[in-house]
Amino acid sequence: MAEEEPLIRLNGVKRVYGTGAAQVRALDGVDIDISPGEFVAIMGPSGSGKSTAMNLIGCLDRPTSGQYLFGGVGVGNLTSDQRALLRRHYLGFIFQGYNLLPRMSACDNVELPLIYKKLARHERAERAAHALDLVGLADRAGHDPSQLSGGQQQRVAIARALAGDPRVVLADEPTGNLDTRRSAEIMDLLVDLRRKQNLTIVMVTHEDDMAAYADRLIWMVDGRVQRDSKTRQVA
Amino acid sequence: MIFETLRLAVASILRNALRSFLTVLGVVIGVASVIAMVTVGQGSSDQVIADVEKLGTNVLMVRPGQHAMGPRAVGQQARPFTLRDIELLSEALPVLETAAPIATGNATLVFGNANHRAQITATDARYLVASDWPLSLGRNFSTGETRAGRAVCILGETVREELFGAADPVGESIRLKTFSCEVIGVLEAKGASSFGTDQDDVVLLPIRTFQRRVAGNTDVATIYVAVADGISTEDAMQEVAFVMRDLRRIGAHEEDDFTVMDMKQVASMLTGITGILTGLLAAVAAVSLLVGGIGIMNIMLVSVTERTREIGIRMAIGAQAHQVLMQFLIEAVALSLLGGVLGVVLGLVIAAVTSQLMAIPFAPDPLVIVMAFVFSALVGVVFGYFPARNAARLDPIEALRHE
Repeated sequence: MAEEEPLIRLNGVKRVYGTGAAQVRALDGVDIDISPGEFVAIMGPSGSGKSTAMNLIGCLDRPTSGQYLFGGVGVGNLTSDQRALLRRHYLGFIFQGYNLLPRMSACDNVELPLIYKKLARHERAERAAHALDLVGLADRAGHDPSQLSGGQQQRVAIARALAGDPRVVLADEPTGNLDTRRSAEIMDLLVDLRRKQNLTIVMVTHEDDMAAYADRLIWMVDGRVQRDSKTRQVA
Repeated sequence: MIFETLRLAVASILRNALRSFLTVLGVVIGVASVIAMVTVGQGSSDQVIADVEKLGTNVLMVRPGQHAMGPRAVGQQARPFTLRDIELLSEALPVLETAAPIATGNATLVFGNANHRAQITATDARYLVASDWPLSLGRNFSTGETRAGRAVCILGETVREELFGAADPVGESIRLKTFSCEVIGVLEAKGASSFGTDQDDVVLLPIRTFQRRVAGNTDVATIYVAVADGISTEDAMQEVAFVMRDLRRIGAHEEDDFTVMDMKQVASMLTGITGILTGLLAAVAAVSLLVGGIGIMNIMLVSVTERTREIGIRMAIGAQAHQVLMQFLIEAVALSLLGGVLGVVLGLVIAAVTSQLMAIPFAPDPLVIVMAFVFSALVGVVFGYFPARNAARLDPIEALRHE
């Protein structure tokens, strides 16, 4: 596995907002390679550029300069529609605030990416049911997000991220809104799913406890990678 | 995909049922008024045509001025006819069966404690023959009565009912303006006309009586001509026009200052008036649709702002710009089509009730209904496009950050 091409390669990536004196260098020359199957945690103080890096890796943004290759494809040259296709077929997102669509059942939320993947109705239902089963919420399929606890909502969000069968799951502070016990449950679930589905996970967090679940830690400061190390827990 | 989006749009419309209803109210009113107007207009045209067919095709009307039944600008300047014109016309054209003068006005009729305001049709004995209107009681005017301008009258069924109830009025005297007038007959009931006016709400007077005691002039508004069987109306119209030009001393190069119409023309003129009204109201309806469209645009802009985060989420999980655009466009079209459906239903109900009240046929036109749907969908597309494009142009990162 280690000999394989990296799935994600950031090569001297810069991301600059604004112009002239108001210019902000959110990323100032970042090199990161992530291989398939890795679980990487990105940490750093606020303003260090970790969210910008996340958005870039998630193909929601393009680098101002430098190169970002996703599975060998240069994302910098892709149109927004092409990047949407990358996200649709290869990426799954988990957000701090869950970001489920209100007034849509858990099952409908999980089916959403499958609709964009243009799967037939029965296949969507099957896959959504399976994904909800994986996160242990098969019995809550018909509930609205407002009827679910925070931990349950985040599990639905994880099911949604996984339903599309992505290669990479991007988690932006997935436990930020949860108490310690729920956080541990969510992290255990992610680790478990990663093993079962052979997922690559990139997670932004500012909690050491959560970062400890990853097998690699990237520490960012001022738009640069300051430290990139294996954690004690190697899968 | 489209089906999913449609399901979503309907769900979102139903979720905000009251807001959706208020939003589409403009479209509802616009479509309803178009449907109601056109349906009622069509019904009354049908009625006019049916009435005219009942009258027969062998009747001509001669009126002073050009297009005397339309806008009156020219008609008012033209010289009115006199009784002499009719006598001369009758003499000159013996092939015509009958020519009857008509002048109109209205007055309050009094009998005992009862009084009633009615339309006056002033004419002579030939009118009932020319219009083929039978009497249910009494008799027609005599030649002597018309020539001398006697105070006698024939009542329409409505007037008889108002003044006499169930009693027989023949031989009684009613008061009309300042003079007393003997009832000599009662017309058979005809019912409502194409425009909803009661044709039986009429009193017939000898024309001289009317000129002398009511109008105070010698004008004849219309000459009513019945063409004998076997003569074509076209020929008769030409001959009448020829004689009238001569009688009114119109030079060879001058335009006619009168109009001869057969019943087909009368019908098309009447339906033409309906058409103008329909057109005007359609313009009002178009304005209403425009306002409705702006309402939809407004609410869609609100909706896009409210759902910025949703748009961000959808984009993050792989929605392309055109798919977001379609989602909001379909929602706008679903809204406006909902307005269209409600409008068509409401319009048909209004038209059905109105037709019932006006005693005209209820004539819904499938083409107009289809057009109403097409137009309301179009309103959705046109006014939904701008908000939908705003949604599609959102940056997913910004949208996800939106509170």
